[in-house]
This record gives sequence, C-alpha cells and structure tokens, in this order.
Amino acid sequence: MADNNTQAGKKGTTRRDFLKNSGLTVGGVVLGGAIGSLFGVNNTTTTQETAPAAPALTVNPAAALMFFTPDQYQLTQAAAERIYPKDDNGPGAMELNAAIYIDHQLAGAWGINSKEYMAGPFYKAEETQGSQIRILRKDLFTMGLAALNTHSNKTFQANFVDLEAEQQDEILTAFSEDKAPEISKVRSSIFFSLLRTLTIEGVYADPLYGGNKDMQGWAMRKYPGTRLSFAQEIQNSDFVQLDPESLTSHMGH
Amino acid sequence: MATKLPKVPVVVVGMGWAGGIVSAELTKAGISVVGLERGKDRNTSDYMMAHDELRYQHREELMQDLSKETITSRNDEKTRALPMRDYGTFIVGDGVGGAGSHWNGQTYRFLPYDFEIKTMTEERYGPDKISADMPLQDWGITYDEIEPYYDTFEKMAGISGETVEGFGYGVRSNPYPTGPMLKTPIMELFETATKNLGYSPYILPSGNLSEAYENPDGISRAACQYCAYCENFGCEYGAKADPAVTVIPVAKQTGNLDLRTHSNVIEILNDGSKATGVIYVDTITGEEFEQPAEVVVLASYVYNNVRLLLNAGLGKPYNSANQTGSIGKNYCYQVSSASSMLFFEDKEFNLYGGAGALGIEIPDLVGDAFDHSDLNFLHGAGIRVTQYGNRPIANNVVPAGTPAWGAEFKAASIKYANSYFPVKSQGASMPHRYNYLDLDPEYKDAYGKPLLRMTFNYTDQDRELVKYISKVTHKIAEEIGADIIQTNEEQGDFNVNKDTNTHNTGGVIMGADPETSAVNSYMQMWDAENVFVVGASAFPHNSAFNPTGTLGALSYRAAEGIQRFLKDGGSLV
Repeated sequence: MADNNTQAGKKGTTRRDFLKNSGLTVGGVVLGGAIGSLFGVNNTTTTQETAPAAPALTVNPAAALMFFTPDQYQLTQAAAERIYPKDDNGPGAMELNAAIYIDHQLAGAWGINSKEYMAGPFYKAEETQGSQIRILRKDLFTMGLAALNTHSNKTFQANFVDLEAEQQDEILTAFSEDKAPEISKVRSSIFFSLLRTLTIEGVYADPLYGGNKDMQGWAMRKYPGTRLSFAQEIQNSDFVQLDPESLTSHMGH
Repeated sequence: MATKLPKVPVVVVGMGWAGGIVSAELTKAGISVVGLERGKDRNTSDYMMAHDELRYQHREELMQDLSKETITSRNDEKTRALPMRDYGTFIVGDGVGGAGSHWNGQTYRFLPYDFEIKTMTEERYGPDKISADMPLQDWGITYDEIEPYYDTFEKMAGISGETVEGFGYGVRSNPYPTGPMLKTPIMELFETATKNLGYSPYILPSGNLSEAYENPDGISRAACQYCAYCENFGCEYGAKADPAVTVIPVAKQTGNLDLRTHSNVIEILNDGSKATGVIYVDTITGEEFEQPAEVVVLASYVYNNVRLLLNAGLGKPYNSANQTGSIGKNYCYQVSSASSMLFFEDKEFNLYGGAGALGIEIPDLVGDAFDHSDLNFLHGAGIRVTQYGNRPIANNVVPAGTPAWGAEFKAASIKYANSYFPVKSQGASMPHRYNYLDLDPEYKDAYGKPLLRMTFNYTDQDRELVKYISKVTHKIAEEIGADIIQTNEEQGDFNVNKDTNTHNTGGVIMGADPETSAVNSYMQMWDAENVFVVGASAFPHNSAFNPTGTLGALSYRAAEGIQRFLKDGGSLV
C-alpha cells in the first residue's frame, strides 16, 4: 500500500486548491466558475460547530425500495447473486446491494427508456440493427422475473429463490441461451442480458446509485475509484494499490 | 408560425469544434455571429461530478437525446433500415462543445497521401488498382496547403506530441506546442517490442495537455492528471482541449457572439442556389424562430450536416444506382477489428489511471508507406497501445472460453482487472458505392422531419486490411510476451449495437470537381455559395487516424473562406 499522503490526489489537496493552482483562465478571467463552484461556497462556515450533532446513521437510508415488490426484490437479489456470486475475492451482488441499485434504476428515467427512440413501427430486426423492442425496461424486467419463476416451477416445481444454486444456474443458462420461452415475444436472452448488465453496474457503479456497498466492488479489483489524479502512479512499474474514493469525496471541494 | 428575427451576417448551426472555431475566428475579426446550439451551454463547472462512469459513459449524459432524433441503419440496400433506438456503436455529442467535449483528444494529421490518394495510388500502381465500386478521390487540397491550418489548430488546442519523420508523414512547419505525454509501463513494453521488430514507435499526439500551456488566444490550461475520465466525460481541469474551454470563451469575450442554446435548427431556407437563413425551435418553449443571415454555416455533426441539406433540398442527393449527385456520398467510418489481447498471470499494471490520448503507435503501416502491389487493399492502420484508464463497469475482459457470468466470470474478471491490455489498430476506411447516407422513407424525428438513413457495411477492402494488420498485432503481442494472446483476424459486419468508435465521416465531401463533390476546399457549397458545411462530413475518405485534427484544420480554412466571401462574394476557388 502506498502512502496516501504522498499522492497528488490526497485528501489534503482539494479540487478547489488544485484548480486555483492550475491557472485555468482566459485573459486573466477565471473560466467557467470552476473555483467559485457550488461546493466551494460554504467551506469556511463555522455554524456547524454550534449546531446539534446529527445522530449517527446505523443503516443506509437508500437501501429501500422505490419500484419492486418485496418478492421481486428477493428474486432479483437471488438472480443477481448467481451472476456475480460471493467468493474468496469478497461479497457477491446480494451483499453489494446490486438489487437496490436495480430497483432505483428501473424506478427512474432509464426504466422508462426516456432517452431512447421509441417511435414505431417496430419491425423484426437483423442481428446488426440493434434491439427493436417496444416494451419498457421496467416492464421487461418484471415480466422477466415472473418468467424466471414460471420456468423454475416448470423445471423444478419450486420458485427461483427456493432452488439450489446449481438449479438457479441451470434456469439462468436456459434464459441466456434462449432455451426458455419468449417473454411477450422478446427472446429470453434479452431479459438475461438486461439482468447481467444491471448486475455488473450494481456492483461497480459509484455507491451514490445504491449498489457497490462501501465500495467493496471496487476494492475487490483494486480499483481506486474517482480520485483527482493518477499522475504519480501512472509511470510506476510496480502496482500501486490505493484505497477507493467515491464521488461523495468530491463534495467538499 | 416562426417569429422572424433581424438579419445577421453569419448564423452558425452547431457549437462544437467546427462551429466554435468558425465563431471564434469571425468574431475576433469583428463579424457578428449568431451561434445556434440544440443543447445546453457548458463550462468546467458542469464537469464537477464528471468521474461518474454510469452517468456519463453508460447513460450517455453528454450525448444527443435519441428520443428526439436518431439515425436508421441497414447493412445493404435490400434491407429495411431500422432506427438506432439506443447507443451501442458511436456516440453523438450534444450541447456546447459537441463531440469536442466527450472526445478522447487524439489529434493526428492526415498524410500527404490522403489528400491526393487517387492520383498517388494510380501513379504508383496503375489505374486498375482502384476498383470501380470505390469512388476514391483527391480532396482538392494538398498537404502543403492544409499544413498552416493544422499548425493553427494545434497551437490553439495545445497539442502534445513528438514529430514523426518519414513513413509518408507530412513535414511540420513547427514542432508540437507541448511535449509528448508520459510513457507508462505498458507503452514501454510496446516500444521495446516494436523496436525489436524494426518498427519506429512514437507517442501519439494528444489534446490532453502534457504540461500547462497558454495558447495564442490567451487561454491558459492545466496539465493532464491522468485521472482516466476522458472519453464520454468532460474534463473539469480544462486539461483536455474542448471548445467549451478554448474557442467558445474566446468568441464570447469579443462581444460579437450571440450564443443561443436549446435552439434546434430544423430547416434551411433557400431557393436552391442561395440560403436566406434558418428556422429553429426553442427546445424549452417549443417556439419557432426564423433567423435570416448572409451566410449559413452548417457545423453540426456529420449526420445532421447531411440531413439538413437533404431536408432542405440543397445540393444534389447521391444516387447509388448511377453514382450521380454528392449529398450523402462517401460515408466512411474506421476499420479497427484487428487486435491482439494480452493477458498476464503475474503482472499488474496501474491501469486504473490513464488519459484519452495516452498511447504509443507505429507509423510503418499507414497510408502508402509499404508496398501494396501484391495486397488486396489500400492504405493501412495505426497499430498501437493506449491507456485510457480501465473503468470497472466497462472493462471486464476475460480470456476466451470463460463464461460471461457466474463464479468463473467473476474470478477471472477480477484476476485480470489490472493484468490485460490489447495491441490494437485503427485502419483507414475507403469509400464504397453502396455505403452512403440518405433520408429514411418512414421514420421521423420529434419535429416530424425524416431521419437520416445509413446504408453501410464493411467491404472486402476492409476485411483484407484487417487480416493483414492482425498478423502484425499478433507478432507484436508475441514479441511483448504474455501468458495468453488472443488475436482477432476477422472484420465482421457493421453492427449498430457493437462498440466501436465515433469516427463517422463523409456525406458532404470536398473536392476540386463540382460533379463529384459537394463543397470546395473552403467548405463552400458548389451549389449555394453562401452556405459553408464544416466538419468531418467533408472527408472524401477516412484515414487511419482520429478525425478531429483534420476537422479542426478544415474549420480554420473555412473561417478564412467565409471572411473572404463576406468581403468579395462569389466562389472562393
């Protein structure tokens, strides 16, 4: 482990200081309001010292549902865990709150495909033309969850969450290989791909989105997160392992 | 009914590199410019939370909202084109800065061969070397003529690099304004291996500043911190050259730029030989405005430059059946499938760090630097190792045969997270008769205007190039030495949902002949002399390099031409 205090991105160097030193100007005028940023304005306030201390949080208030029913949540946890299971490296998707991440994503603009071209008509596409699906992501996902249970009951006479890990893998493999029934005319592998993508995002996206609990997803792969600078490390022929930092560390700057 | 506004000398459509450069040059010369940008204004404070892989890379924060507008695509004329409903392959910028905000910063010059490719190919190999289905043509400008504009662009942007001599590279009038970027351990591995094999590696030219730099406009910018958030992201330090921290503030400071954001141009008013102005929609309120102008400058992305002209009936649409017309012709891309992936069992590199234009490349196999007499393709590829920074959602590369999910996937993706890199390539894209852009007959945008239809696939030329280049990437990978080497030797079909790059070119191509090109070497339309169409849309083919350096040079040339036109009128050539 390198000594953090020798790093350019160390906590003692704020973005504010950094930008001050960088001389980002045009004709002597500071560009873009970077220095007087939203986050820099109240840095010197002293009122907090006299304010009553907030009670320490023992639970994560973001770990609550916006979208799923409890059953859907548990099913998502179980399926995501098989995509990215707990192992010797560390926690799996369940412990990393990937299902909370997925819940939050499907509850928002992305879940209703707000930035996609959704005008019809929807024709059958060639493999090279991208997906042509009218069903919104939030609906495809919940329909896919229901299909997981249907296929589990058909194959093993039990719901997905009650199956052994190997049986769950068998069900997911069937979905990934289009060997499960279509979901309202959408191939089962399309749902599987959505589940896989969301799981990977849920374990590796910034914790601000609800997953990657305590940055443990990053720590497993020795990813240092969103530091301001790697100029000191980039030429080192030895691997330099740094503690992860997330976007919340940028808020004080 | 559109509200008619007072006439202005120049209206610029799109405020990325092309629009920003033209606006800066004209406003500095005292000319009033109205800049219309469909997206928002930007400066570095917009990028304060830029180190967010999900938001910027996977949710495409800086990109065009496809719910409003997209393209349709098909591989050939027999297929019905379908809309690109979400992003997969290229990413189209939006807002002030455009693609110049989300780019990586790799800033090459094209080769002297590129600008005279038809003449030089026929001289060396005879007239039969170029197939009848390849509408290859000279650009109507030589390297020596464009060189001063490259120099101006590089000084404005502060490009960092080292001079390459020989291999058909053009002679530089000045060295790069700043020195090359740092050399990392994986770049050193490539350097040693390629030198052992007799190649001549060089650090690739970068728009991420290697050192603090003040440009001729008085813009000072900080050095790159190798933070790994370039492509898809804006740079909060201003180290990455971006119109929003270079030419746009300069234009604003003159007081001559009237920048109107959230202003989406939907129509060019014209009588077939002259434009009188544009119609735009305020995307916030839905109000329509008519902005009359002496000169109309189209400086949006490749696709909208073409689409606006086709929807306006300006210029002659390209017809693949008889190969007449020019608007939509010679749509090209980039041929980059040849690559070799190296996996290491017991080496870890600091791959979490990087920069968009951090890399090393060999010049030996680009252009006509090697003999093509016995080869079934023209031009070549830059073979390179880059270090952009491996962000964790996007980078989970595992050796072939590893499952794509589950216990084995997790273990392998973590094991190799800091222990793999590719020797990859970026190949030139030659035009083809059946690769072109036109209007879609069925799908419309949010304003009821037809979407642009892309008909494109990789050609035999591309597949041959990939086969040849992949042998070299494999040879270099073996010389570096790795525990696992996997080489991709095949160029598949173009797939709109497969990640490649955003080097789309052509459609409003330049040339010396009005019969075969749409604009002259000043980006002035042959068919409407007060319309200038600026951008990579002007490239008659795409070279083996990232397009922005050449786009920037052509933008400076266009700005010069527009000033001459405002003074003297008429054709500039």
